[in-house]
Amino acid sequence: MEFVKPIEDILKNNKIKFKTLNYKKLNKNNLESSDKIIICGTSLADNDFLKKTNLKKFDFIKYTNKPILGICAGMHILSSIYGGKLKKQKQIGPTDIIFIEEFLSMEPNRKHQVYSLHGFYAENKKYFKTYSFNACPQAIKHNSKEIYGILFHPEVRNKKIVEEFLRIK
Amino acid sequence: MNLALLFSGGKDSTYAGLLAKKHKHKISCLISIESENKDSFMFHTPSISQTKAQANSMNLPLISVKTHGKKELELIDLEKAIKKAKKKYKIKGVITGAVESIYQASRIQKICDKLKLECFNPLWQKDQIELLNDLIENKFEAIIIGVSAYPLDDSWLGRKIDKEFIKDISKLKEKYKINPAGEGGEFESFVLNCPLFKKPLKIQGSNTYGEKNSWRLEVNVK
Repeated sequence: MEFVKPIEDILKNNKIKFKTLNYKKLNKNNLESSDKIIICGTSLADNDFLKKTNLKKFDFIKYTNKPILGICAGMHILSSIYGGKLKKQKQIGPTDIIFIEEFLSMEPNRKHQVYSLHGFYAENKKYFKTYSFNACPQAIKHNSKEIYGILFHPEVRNKKIVEEFLRIK
Repeated sequence: MNLALLFSGGKDSTYAGLLAKKHKHKISCLISIESENKDSFMFHTPSISQTKAQANSMNLPLISVKTHGKKELELIDLEKAIKKAKKKYKIKGVITGAVESIYQASRIQKICDKLKLECFNPLWQKDQIELLNDLIENKFEAIIIGVSAYPLDDSWLGRKIDKEFIKDISKLKEKYKINPAGEGGEFESFVLNCPLFKKPLKIQGSNTYGEKNSWRLEVNVK
């Protein structure tokens, strides 16, 4: 609830039609009927999505060209689907980060305070470019697709990142 | 899931408990921290001793722990209380009423992570006017028992959170940037009745303390 409802509120405030689904209920029809996909985060104690059978539900990521935004656990999923590895790195609370280039409206070369809540980070240098690093990659983008991963929670204090993602054509 | 509710007696923690129950979780106990520091950033302090009466009305056991309220050290007392709940009531997680405060939320997340407990924050990032309207819709009877921001003064103490209140606080939001649900610590509330209570509480007596724009109402309820 606390990881999905704030994202739903951003969509509502931007008058975006949306459907919220548990990933276990994903199917071809509801994927085809959407033009963008946001994979929300989950609690620190929940790593159920990383089980092989559950991760398989996200295989569609490799075969679509729709813009996708993965938040925290969502970033773990994006990286894992492309063969990336997860490594331990706990960050809880406010974290200062710098973007090396503009990333979904975030200005480069200055400090931004973000809200972190994770026990792992995702590393996948083969398919993703890192746009921000503090102890581990904080923001990544796929080398050839509109696929974005953010380790921190933009729904807290940085809603404009999600809003910028919604503007992608 | 078997959960403990971090309970201040105010609207947010009580409503968070109701939402957890609606999502089929079991509240096994309440945890209250009684801070000697009236200006604690971490804990709500006015009328905190009355959480016993609220717990009775909810028919739930209460773990009440006193703390000197020194910054960061008060977290050790909170951790002790959560540990006690884990041992005594076999809880698997805690529910908090955190809405906006990264300060409170991240500290509780760290304690839960350390104790290998889930941390549920069902009100996290909720629109504050929506939160106030939800309380009315869910038949909450809550009053203001503390204020600490200009232009709030002692005339707000004892005021019920109702439609009129929402109208007035929304005007203060526009003019003075007051957080309408008091998330910046502008005011504190006390729940006299809600769907979790078996019977409503009645105020038997009260005392008012404070000056200028910093006031608290200590109530005695039954």
